Amino acid sequence: MMEYLELGHIGLIIGFLLILVGFWGVLTQKNIIKIIVGFSILNTGINILMVSLGYVKGKTAPIIDAAVAQGEGHDVSQSIVDPVPQALVLTAIVIGFGITALMLAYAMKLYNAKKTLEINKFNDLKW
Amino acid sequence: MLKNILVALVLSVMAYMFYNAYSSYETRTELTGMSHHFASKGAEEVGAANLVTSIIVTYRGFDTLGEVTILFLTASIISFFLKLKSGDKEKIIRRDTSELLVTASQLLIPIIFMFGIYVFMNGHLTPGGGFQGGAIIATGVALMIMANPNISLNHNVIHWVESISGVSFVIIGVLGIFLAGGFLDNRMFSLGEFGDFFSAGAIPIIYSFVGLKVGAELSNILNKYQKSQKEI
Repeated sequence: MMEYLELGHIGLIIGFLLILVGFWGVLTQKNIIKIIVGFSILNTGINILMVSLGYVKGKTAPIIDAAVAQGEGHDVSQSIVDPVPQALVLTAIVIGFGITALMLAYAMKLYNAKKTLEINKFNDLKW
Repeated sequence: MLKNILVALVLSVMAYMFYNAYSSYETRTELTGMSHHFASKGAEEVGAANLVTSIIVTYRGFDTLGEVTILFLTASIISFFLKLKSGDKEKIIRRDTSELLVTASQLLIPIIFMFGIYVFMNGHLTPGGGFQGGAIIATGVALMIMANPNISLNHNVIHWVESISGVSFVIIGVLGIFLAGGFLDNRMFSLGEFGDFFSAGAIPIIYSFVGLKVGAELSNILNKYQKSQKEI
């Protein structure tokens, strides 16, 4: 069983679990701040998933230094993991930060309007 | 009750899909396609030791420009939402700060700022870069606000740093069209010795501007939050 769990699989399991936990939080929580925390966890799970999909067995980080052996004739692409998902996740983290900051600003506005963060109290648009 | 059943149903369908995806997953053993090109040619084409940086700033530089724009948009929307009313200027926050925090912040804030600047200036060599460095600088600002809740940050400085670094990012990108192969091409300056601080052409300059811009934008957002929670 243990040799089955290498780095790529561990990342995949953690990512899937965090996505489920975050989704559960978004669906069931009543407090707006807790919903925002749920979105943050969901976001983290997806990021971990994306990074672990770029994992290549037994390879190191995509930074060319002594560990990658940059000598002549030695192919760098044989010794590093996929750098593209990491670059995409860096973008995704920034977007996630922006979304979280915006949601918190909304939450502050909503609290100022009704003096509560209970989502069931905001039923003005319910029909 | 019905709602709980529906939630459980949705989550179990998702979990089943994830289980299928997991059981058919096999760890990759080599790079393919575009990644292979980036890995094998990245060092000589771009000259940055950190391949992630070379992808973010050069190969996908346009994407980074859009990303910075999204951050700017977020900061603008938050400023719009948390607008100050007249009379908010005199309000103060009556919250006690612990002495531990105040004393520690005096020691730590300069070090945090310096570390942030180090991280974004070495983005082409080490696992760092503009976004990370900017976030570290904003952490210092957050500590500053937590230690002195009534501190007033200088708007003008933040806005000018943000505007100038944003405009310089675009100007350097346009310079790439004339001096090198295209928009945001980093070969407009000499690539230098691989692994040196002054290497990889325009990447350290572009990333420093990105770092300053991100730091200023995040500080602006924190400042808006601080202003809008004033009471009495």
